[in-house]
Order: sequence, then structure tokens, then C-alpha cells
Amino acid sequence: MTTEYETHDHDVLIIGAGGAGLRAALAALAEGAKVGVVCKSLLGKAHTVMAEGGIAAAMANVDSADDWRTHFRDTMRGGKLLNNWRMAQLHAQEAPERVRELEQWGALFDRTQDGQILQRAFGGHSFRRLCHVGDRTGLEMIRTLQDRGVQLGIDVYMECAITRLLKDGDRIAGAFGYWREQGRFVVFRAKSIVMATGGIGKAWKITSNSWEYTGDGMALAYDAGAELMDMEFVQFHPTGMVWPPGVQGILVTEAVRGEGGILRNKLGERFMETYDPKKMELSTRDVVARAIYTEVREGRGTEHGGAYLDISHKPADYVKKKLPSMYHQFKELADVDITKGPMEVGPTCHYMMGGIRVEAETAKASVPGLFAAGEAAAGLHGSNRLGGNSLSDLLVFGRRAGLAAAEHAKETSPSSIDSGQIEAAAQEMLVPFERKAGESPYAIHRDLQETMQNLVGIFRNKEDLIRALEELEKLKERAERVSVEGSRLFNPGWHLAQDLKAMLTVSEAVTRSALAREESRGAHSRIDHPGLDATWGTKNNVIVREENVMTLRQSSVPELPEDLKQLVAEEKA
Amino acid sequence: MAEAIFEVFRGDRKGGQPVTYRVPIAPGMVVLDALHHIQAHQAPDLAVRWNCKAGKCGSCSAEVNGRPRLTCKTRMDALALDKPITVQPMKAFPVIKDLVTDVSWNYRVNNKIPPFEPRPGTDWKMYQEDVDRVQEFRKCIECFLCQNVCHVLREHEEMDHFGGPRFFVRVAALEMHPLDSKSRTKVLKDELGIGLCNITKCCTEVCPEEIHITDNAIIPLKERVVDEFYDPVLMLVRKIRGAKQESG
Repeated sequence: MTTEYETHDHDVLIIGAGGAGLRAALAALAEGAKVGVVCKSLLGKAHTVMAEGGIAAAMANVDSADDWRTHFRDTMRGGKLLNNWRMAQLHAQEAPERVRELEQWGALFDRTQDGQILQRAFGGHSFRRLCHVGDRTGLEMIRTLQDRGVQLGIDVYMECAITRLLKDGDRIAGAFGYWREQGRFVVFRAKSIVMATGGIGKAWKITSNSWEYTGDGMALAYDAGAELMDMEFVQFHPTGMVWPPGVQGILVTEAVRGEGGILRNKLGERFMETYDPKKMELSTRDVVARAIYTEVREGRGTEHGGAYLDISHKPADYVKKKLPSMYHQFKELADVDITKGPMEVGPTCHYMMGGIRVEAETAKASVPGLFAAGEAAAGLHGSNRLGGNSLSDLLVFGRRAGLAAAEHAKETSPSSIDSGQIEAAAQEMLVPFERKAGESPYAIHRDLQETMQNLVGIFRNKEDLIRALEELEKLKERAERVSVEGSRLFNPGWHLAQDLKAMLTVSEAVTRSALAREESRGAHSRIDHPGLDATWGTKNNVIVREENVMTLRQSSVPELPEDLKQLVAEEKA
Repeated sequence: MAEAIFEVFRGDRKGGQPVTYRVPIAPGMVVLDALHHIQAHQAPDLAVRWNCKAGKCGSCSAEVNGRPRLTCKTRMDALALDKPITVQPMKAFPVIKDLVTDVSWNYRVNNKIPPFEPRPGTDWKMYQEDVDRVQEFRKCIECFLCQNVCHVLREHEEMDHFGGPRFFVRVAALEMHPLDSKSRTKVLKDELGIGLCNITKCCTEVCPEEIHITDNAIIPLKERVVDEFYDPVLMLVRKIRGAKQESG
């Protein structure tokens, strides 16, 4: 039986409509490319809307001594020197221009007394550098980009999910997917594809991430033969909500600490004194997350297993003005008035530093025609990301990916897609309907989340990681027996059965990399290898599919040029 | 364990009916949690739109006990549990399946609105007191609850002649941007039908971001339209002075 599907042709296809995807679309469009953007959710509702802190850029509007070199140094030190230095340099240099551009497209940031964009302090940043509007900078960014994209005419395919990349020999030729609404299939033919699909938090039980964060792009790239890198570096944000159960994991922005919030344990002690007396609450996220986790484990946690975050010492009006969505979130979902008392917070799976391996200047992945930007790409943040550096990442590398993708499309001749790949992709999607009384996708998802939460969390050890690999094997087998009821019309169970595959691939990559790295660096902590290891400090873990087997090897961290090496080494932090 | 009884609409564009489900209650539970429970244990193909579960993305709009709400922000302990809780899709938009509706009309309306156009030669300096009121409008998460509740769309189905509260908020954000140089009053009058709004304020009541839609966006815009097209004194003054060309 031949599969029915619709076809769309584009020069550049962008998968993901968050900050990176939309910025890439605008860049490619400006180069004259015919651009299509595919997104799983409705336009303007990508996970970028959740970003609360701000955009890190060395604009020096508040601290005039700031410049790109300090931003670069802060980023490298935050990443414990495992970053791709060239990406960190470009990021620091280009972020200010990208922010000004957003303003020129209509974004409205909070202002300084002299009418410029206001910048606030944030963990790991030496100067006040985060351009923000209240605690909803992500929303501001995505709306601005979305409005501009609509104005300039990008084709957006909403509520459409990609399940497989299609190739012509070694190079990318297109993508296969389905419409969530009707369940019909669609084939996109494209000369360049930009992966901007975000992270993988939905594989863990307690996460700040949205429904769509199932690691799709990383799994698609991996299946197409592209290299993944730094998969062990999963950031657990120190402050997620912990109570009530339904809101566990929802983000409590670092901006609370940026605006003066203080952490205390159940004994009222300001415990960050013990872990980082110099930076205290504004230490890097990995340090604060481990601190809270340790306080709880050693019996000094709050009633529901977290720490107290208190900003009630600040004037109520100030708190409501600068942190309105935090005020509402706690009032409406937890019956807590943050202007009067403390919040209960604890670590939550938040961000993926690892992802698709790319070239610094072009965002090119290791498969011709494939590009990646934003959280889906690896390298910029090294072993730990600083707050505020993600929104700036999206703009800087979204643009670079779009430009390079458009350039590549100009130089590429049309490719052909053999119908065999399409048939196989369609079969894979339809098979769960044919199985009767198989496994429930929801049950498998729940068990995956428990496995990753318990065995591949903040503190890892060899036994847990090996057990995790065994559990993942079993979950993979169960996923192969998943069955789905109902029709193809907007069927979330069917969609989940597909998303599970991506989550399992990515979870295995994370676990294998975590097992290999026998040191503790940045966000990756091994109880059995608690210190930094000089050799591991020069290596990135790379994952690639070879003869259908997930293969892991090491690659050397690109060495810094002499002047930048000096910059980063000055007075050890 | 305490249980709640839900009556959730199941159906598609041809029609449907409420189906009863029993769901155990946990502390702090919201309606979206209950819908997830139903999906995981009783109805794996229950169509529900959601994303962030924190009231920030505007995906999970529905009608709970007849009121347009975000299901992720509707707490179970704020509802009467001694009778069934009804969950229906947004009434103003065509049903796709169960609680998922076709909101694409909203994206089409958006295309009619002339975009931000900065004044040439601006130095991009703006002050907090000038941006405060526009920042209120830009909090909009596009949940479309205001669109759904407005009788002009919901009952009178004036989709061809009326843009709806969300887009009046968007136009207000552009018109009141300190550095915008365009005028959108003609579009407001002719294509977005601002005259059809009769200040019932249901939109303001349902907005989860507490934007003062009617008072801060719609009424000032109505005043601008009236000043430009319906005030004879101002029209005369403009004729005498030779007013700037309208754009858009």
C-alpha cells in the first residue's frame, strides 16, 4: 500500500519555532531563501516563552566596565573550560548587537534612569549584564521574533512533528512528519535543515521543561548519522517548586536571587556561606543545586524536601513589579505570598548543555545539509551554562545557523528522496495501531522518568549508571511493543508513542556519556570520582551511530589561543 | 482517597457528548492534572492541548464549569467537588477533537495589523514611565480566552468583521510604543471593527494575565478612532492645518 502524504519544498527547513528557530528563519529569509518552519506546538508557544531571567549581553549600560572579554571569561569559567572557545567568543562579541536588533524590531525592555536597556545581576556573571523585562524576557523575545517572521512572510507549519530526517546518500534531503491535528503524513524536501528543537527534560520526573522537550532534534540528528557531544552535561536548576506535587519542578527564576533573594535551610542558616562564600546565592547553578540537594540529604531540608528562598525583605511593590509572574505563580498554585514569606525550592532538570555537535562559526553539524542552534546544539556552554546565556545563544547562533543554511542551499543541487525511506517512516508510525493490548505509552514514559530521576540525576555513580543502562534496554523493548487506541485524529497517546523513541535514544546517550566521564565537572557530579581530572578536562564525549550501535569516543577540546588563555586564567575564580 | 467526577467533552467537528470519568484528588491538584490522569489511565486518546503547565504559554484554554479558564491554573480545591466538574472546549472556535479547537483564525487576523515601524533617526532612548503601559499589553500569552468569551465572536460569530480583544491589545501595544511612527486607526475602524465592541468587559474578566483590556487598550483606541473619523471639530482643525498622511 502506498502511503499518502503531502509535500512541501523549501530551500531551508527549520525544525523548532523557539528563539533559535525563529531567528534562524529570519536570517535565512534575509538571504533570499525560501524558508519553512515546522513546530510541534502553536506558533509563539515554544519553550522559549518560559525563559524568565534575561538576555546576557555585554552592553555596559549599568556597569560601564563590562565588555565581551569578561562575558567570554565568565562563560568559559562557568563551563569549566570544556566549552568550544570560538563559540563562546562569538557569543560574547555578537550578543549586544543581537539585543539591539530585537529592540529595533519592537521589543520593549525595562529601562535605566537614562533611557537605555536595563541589565541585572545573575549567577556567574561578573557584571550586571542581563537585559530583561520583568520576569518574562523569553515571552518578549519570542513575540518580537514571531511578529517579525509573520511580517516578512515565513511559512509556518504549526502542530506538525518530524519523525525522521530523509537523506540522499550522505546528505540531508528532507524530513518526514505528521500533522498532530489530523494525523496525516507530510514530506518536506529541503536543501538545508536547521535543528532548533530544544532540550530533553521530559525524560526526567522533576523538570521545568514543557511538554515538547522530548529531545526530538538530537534523536533525529543521531539517527541520520550526526555526532552528538557533551551529552552527560544536564543542568539541574537549583530552584524549582517542590510543593504541591502537581507543580513540582516548575521554574523559580534565578532572577529572584538576582534581585536579592536569599537561600536558607530549615534551621534558618544562610547555607551558601559553606559552599561558596564569595558568590553566595549568585554562584553558578551547579554549585547551588548541589548545595540544596546536600542540605536536604543531610536532614536540613524544608518540610517538602527543599530549601527556603526568601525575598520578602524587599519592598512588596518592588517584588510585584520585577517578579510579577513569580508572585502570581506562588500565590495561585501554592498559596504562598512571596512578599510576606519564603518559597520552598529544590533542584529541577532544566537545561541540556550537550546536543548536536556543530562547527562554531556556521552551526554546521557533521552531516552535510544539517545545522543546529540553541539548546539542541552543543559546545557553547561547556559543562555548565550560566543563566541568561541561553537567550543570547538563541539569537547569536540562530542567526549564524540561518545564514549558513541559506548559503548551503544556494550551493546545493536538488536531491532525490527514494520512496523506500518514506514508506519505512510511515510504517513505523502506523505499527502501534496494529498491535492489540501491548504496552501503554504513558506507563513507559512514567517508568523512564523514574529511571532517569533516580539513577541519572544530580549525583551519579557507576552502579546507578550501569543499572540505568539495563533499565533503558528494558524500556526500549517495551517501547517496541507499544500499542495505541483510537484514530489518527489528534491522538496524544499515538504522539507519545513516537516521542518515546527520541527520549529513549537521548537518555541512553546521556547515561553512556555520564558513565564514561570519570570526574566531576560543572553539572556532571560523580560521587565515586568527586574531583576534577586534568585529562578529562581536555576531552569531550562524542556519540555517534555506527552500524546501528550507539558508539562513544572522545574528542579533544579545541585549545584556546594564547591571549584568550591568559584572559581565562587570570586570578582563579 | 477522595475522588472527583469529571464530565469531559469527547467528540469532533461533527459533534459529541460529555463522558464521565472519576479521578483521585491529590493536594494542590489542577484540572490539567486530572486530564493527564484520565489520559494515562482511562482514555489514552483524550485530545488536550498543553505545554508549560505553569500559566505562561496559553495552550491549555478550555471551559471549566462553564467558565473560560486555563486548565493548568484551575485548582481543584477552588471547585465544588460534590457535583461533577464539566470540562468543555472553547465555544467560539470550531472543535477539532475533544478539548482541542481550531484557533487558526486568530493567526489570520494578526496578519492584518501593520507591524512596528520605528521613527527614522531615533536614538532608541526610552524611559520606564513611557513603556509601562505597553509592557502591560505585551504580557499577553495568546491564550485566546478573551476572544473566546467575547459575545461578538462567541454568539454573533462576527469573525469576518471583528478582530477581537486580543488584537485590540496588540494594536494598542503598537500604537502606544514610544517609538512607533504608524497610525492604525483606519485598520481598527474598518477591518478590525472596533466599533462593534460595546464595552461589556467579559474579556477583562477572563484574562489570566490580568491585563486591563477594556480600560487600557480598547477604550483609548476607540477614542483615537472617534477623534480621527467622527469628531467634526477635530476634522475641521486638521483640514485647516493640513494633517499628515495616514498610513497603513
